Amino acid sequence: MTTTLVFLGLLMAGVVWWLVRQTLHVKPWLGAGVEGVQDFGIAGAGAAKGLAPVKVALAVFLAVATSLFALFLSAYDIRMELSDWRPLQEPDLLWFNSALLVLGSAALQWGWNGAKKGDETQRNRGLMAGGVFAMAFIVGQLVVWQELNAAGFSISANPANAFFYTLTAIHGLHLLGGLVAWLKTANRVWRGDDPARIDLGVELCTVYWHYLLVVWLVLFGLLLST
Amino acid sequence: MADIAHDADSYVPPVETEEMELYHPKTWIGKYVWSQDAKVIAVQYSLTAIAIGLVALVLSVMMRLQLGFPHTFAIIDPSNYLQFVTMHGMIMVIYLLTALFLGGFGNYLIPLMCGARDMVFPYVNMVSYWVYLAAVLILVASFFVPGGSTGAGWTLYPPQAISPGTPGSDMGIILMLVSLVFFIIGFTMGGLNYVVTVLQARTRGMSLMRLPLTVWGIFMATILALLAFPALFVSAIMMILDRLLGTSFFMPAIVSMGDQTSYDGGSPILFQHLFWFFGHPEVYIVALPAFGIVSDLLSVHARRAIFGYRMMVWAIIAIGALSFVVWAHHMYVSGMNPYFGFFFATTTLIIAVPTALKVYNWVLTLWRGNIRLNVPMLFAIGFVFTFINGGLTGLFLGNVTIDLPLSDTYFVVAHFHMVMAVSPILVVFGAIYHWYPKVTGRMLDETLGKIHFWLTFLGTYAIYFPMHYLGFEGVPRRYFSYGDTAFISDSAHDLNTAISIAAIFVALVQIVFFYNLVVSYFRGKEAGGNPWEATTLEWQTPKTPPEHGNFGPELPLVYRWAYDYGVPGAPEDYIPQNVSPDDPRLANVTGAGDPAEARSTPENVS
Repeated sequence: MTTTLVFLGLLMAGVVWWLVRQTLHVKPWLGAGVEGVQDFGIAGAGAAKGLAPVKVALAVFLAVATSLFALFLSAYDIRMELSDWRPLQEPDLLWFNSALLVLGSAALQWGWNGAKKGDETQRNRGLMAGGVFAMAFIVGQLVVWQELNAAGFSISANPANAFFYTLTAIHGLHLLGGLVAWLKTANRVWRGDDPARIDLGVELCTVYWHYLLVVWLVLFGLLLST
Repeated sequence: MADIAHDADSYVPPVETEEMELYHPKTWIGKYVWSQDAKVIAVQYSLTAIAIGLVALVLSVMMRLQLGFPHTFAIIDPSNYLQFVTMHGMIMVIYLLTALFLGGFGNYLIPLMCGARDMVFPYVNMVSYWVYLAAVLILVASFFVPGGSTGAGWTLYPPQAISPGTPGSDMGIILMLVSLVFFIIGFTMGGLNYVVTVLQARTRGMSLMRLPLTVWGIFMATILALLAFPALFVSAIMMILDRLLGTSFFMPAIVSMGDQTSYDGGSPILFQHLFWFFGHPEVYIVALPAFGIVSDLLSVHARRAIFGYRMMVWAIIAIGALSFVVWAHHMYVSGMNPYFGFFFATTTLIIAVPTALKVYNWVLTLWRGNIRLNVPMLFAIGFVFTFINGGLTGLFLGNVTIDLPLSDTYFVVAHFHMVMAVSPILVVFGAIYHWYPKVTGRMLDETLGKIHFWLTFLGTYAIYFPMHYLGFEGVPRRYFSYGDTAFISDSAHDLNTAISIAAIFVALVQIVFFYNLVVSYFRGKEAGGNPWEATTLEWQTPKTPPEHGNFGPELPLVYRWAYDYGVPGAPEDYIPQNVSPDDPRLANVTGAGDPAEARSTPENVS
């Protein structure tokens, strides 16, 4: 469980540090007045630092997702120590899929850069490319599954296989969830909605794509090295 | 609504967020069924949780019938009995208490107490409830499939949970696990709302340290749940795969009914680690909202500022953080490295420090308070008693050497029921008596409430106190029948009969409560806006019950913390959070408008 504990330790340290700044020197019982009121959190009188609630929600969700992946990795770590573990030979196609995911992330980043500059064409192209690469990645992962299954590496044959299928499935499902949000944003572009909302959607998709890229690189690295 | 004096705005920062756009339903169904109003969702969550909780209550009565009067009831066989034990535990812990505290009280109180119009994502909030309802229905369906619900114990330990011979190992366990997956997905949607609403939607002037402790408790419990439920999610997914696709995450090579199974090499201990990594924080997911609510009940009804507010906040945070490093104390008997045992015993005992601080602060809040011994107060004091009792036996069980002989006996049953069943349920009752007037606009009947309190409170002691003695005698838990076991004395059987009579009695007493809920809804005394003379924002709404949007045309401004009770010179003995220091009614309050001369008593400073 070390992986999970390290993650939660870091997270808790961050939360406690933030709360110490918010709370430790505040004396709310000292009557009403200016003191205390100015010590706002990220919000209070709303987004004091310009954070939209949906951005905070994404950050919280990423913490939850990280907890989930960290727990899977902890389970992986514990299970692979047992004697029946036979490492899986990962298909080369995974390298190609990884490249697709990198491209998706880069495309969205490019789109977001466009949004920041006010270049709507660049923003929209980046958004579209990001989604298409993500879909291609998912198709690629399904092909990998089929190849492995055809070669006799079924999910029940060995715990290493079981973890491979489970981890790729969980990662893929997260990406599919991201594609739902992506579709909403793409739909806004198509309808010509409020540009500020589209920009926000592109930004959130970009952050989420980067996150899932990092998660994939960690998973892929782990799968290759064990 | 806030009474805003001419220069009141100098006390609060300007608005930096837009007013929230609320969804306005046009039909009855849009308003009360597919509702996006957190208050309606709260009631939906609460009623569903209480309904499924009643099923679990009936299951416990069935268990007690068997234990108190063995072999009297033909409908209870060993398989049924194990199914009753399992479903009782699972429903009470997750589908009742977690859903009620976070989905019920969280939804109702967070927006109102923070001064928000609603949760920040009302649509997601609505979906959260319907996914929860789906989880409950899947759980209920498992009673009716061939083989019935799972009987693996609420911990669902493999290998027996999915091995033939265990009740419900066919369909029951699958539905149980799928239901848990649904529950976790639904909760995550709600949980994101609770956290972001507390962080981003507080009204002007409501700094973190002006939040009532109820919000702090629910907020921290939600963070714990968001981080801990994934562990249950992971174990549920992996067990479903073991059961359906023949993987061996948890399943070792075993011979079942004379045949070698296809499983090989899996680790049941891995499941235990994952399960308890969720399971222990789960205790605090239930306890922290209870801690928060009881702090507010004690303060309001003792007319006294909560003692050591800042210490209380930090105790909640410390308990939350520590709860992630104690999980293996549920696994002492699994045969762990003694150094691990030492580590987990130490962390377990350390968690008693912030918990004890809270208990001291509750008692000190009551000390020399102007106590109004009404029903919510009785339940709050009952909680403090019961929590101390249950907490003290926790000190026994936290030590490895004492836990080993007591593990899997009725001592453990007594401990966790005292600390995690009776204690939070007393808070639930206290909270319902306290906030029912706001939810419905009518008071619950005081006399019926007192009858309900005393019979429930004393009755639960008649049930759980004797169980400690059974545990000391070594009577094991989860057994259908004890037969002629030499080490179990005859008096233990008599005690079991007495416990069963008490349990059935306490279950029946709840009829008084439900009668009160229903009758008071139609004929209860009109409550008015603020019957308890409380300071927090939910009692300052222009209408009771609050309308959609909570606060009328303008959100309240907050000028002070939530605990200005017993204030000398105030027109009543309290000042609501939204009363400006410039309010003419506070002319006689020393230092009301001047922070330098602020009213503070030494014991308020932690």
